[in-house]
Amino acid sequence: MMRWLALVLLLFSAATAGAIDVREPMADAQKQARYERMIREIRCLVCQNEPIADSNAPLAADLRREVRERIEAGETDAEILAFLTARYGDFVLYRPPFSPRTWLLWLAPGLLLLIGAWVFWRVISTRADKPIDRDWVDPAEDASK
Amino acid sequence: MWRFVLVPAAFFVLLGFFLVGLFRDPTLVPSPLINQPAPAFELPQLLAPERTLGLADLATGGPVLMNVWATWCVGCRQEHGLLVDLARRGEIPIYGLNWKDDREAAIHWLQRLGDPYVSTAVDEDGRVAIDWGVYGAPETFLLDGQGIIRYKHIGPLTEDIWQREFRPRIEALQQGRS
Repeated sequence: MMRWLALVLLLFSAATAGAIDVREPMADAQKQARYERMIREIRCLVCQNEPIADSNAPLAADLRREVRERIEAGETDAEILAFLTARYGDFVLYRPPFSPRTWLLWLAPGLLLLIGAWVFWRVISTRADKPIDRDWVDPAEDASK
Repeated sequence: MWRFVLVPAAFFVLLGFFLVGLFRDPTLVPSPLINQPAPAFELPQLLAPERTLGLADLATGGPVLMNVWATWCVGCRQEHGLLVDLARRGEIPIYGLNWKDDREAAIHWLQRLGDPYVSTAVDEDGRVAIDWGVYGAPETFLLDGQGIIRYKHIGPLTEDIWQREFRPRIEALQQGRS
């Protein structure tokens, strides 16, 4: 059983290993590290749920080349991301900027947590008010009184 | 009582979101280049490699189409008949951008299926396509006479899309000029 599982997992890993850049790493290790980090931040527009680091699409390869050349030319991360968003929009970024269009996206998790906490508190406090020495009553029935 | 209003309300708001999402194509990414000047380029022509085609050639004073195509692209094959038809009807000058393609195959394609393009530029390594924010052929840009991108259609053109999306915009551009 474990051997089969290992085989299946190995096959999955083959797909991602194949997508790794075929070009030689850059001489400057710091630039190479920036490159490897950046291509994980940029979305492939063809296969939309993959970063360009993992995608085999020809466009992803072109975008990797673009990022690499711009890093080698000495551009900053912000300049490179600005170049890409000017052409493809915020959608290319896995972490879109906080703007009026994305505030719901960014704030939704906190908002949902607050709503959850509020509902939790409501339920707890209404239960606490009830005497414990009586039969359980449907809260919906209770509220309609 | 409030929960009998609030809970269904939340449910229907969520339902509304899902319903809208159901009929939207998630593969369409709106281009930020609309109403921006088209990115400059200078590329060899497909049928005359010794000559180049550039953005200046597209600024003819009237609206033009820039169609991104390739022989490996199925959608391009689908829309090609319509492009040939549009060119024959003389609706608008159409320019081509042959994207990451094999030159021989592209020439053969135009010979076999007809050449609707005034001229086709060859973007072999895909740099100009990135500059134009292209992410999947076919894509069709509508440029006004000043070389500003006014509209972009992603996916194969159909007569229906042409009448609905392109004709009114082209007519508006032509009226604005005269």
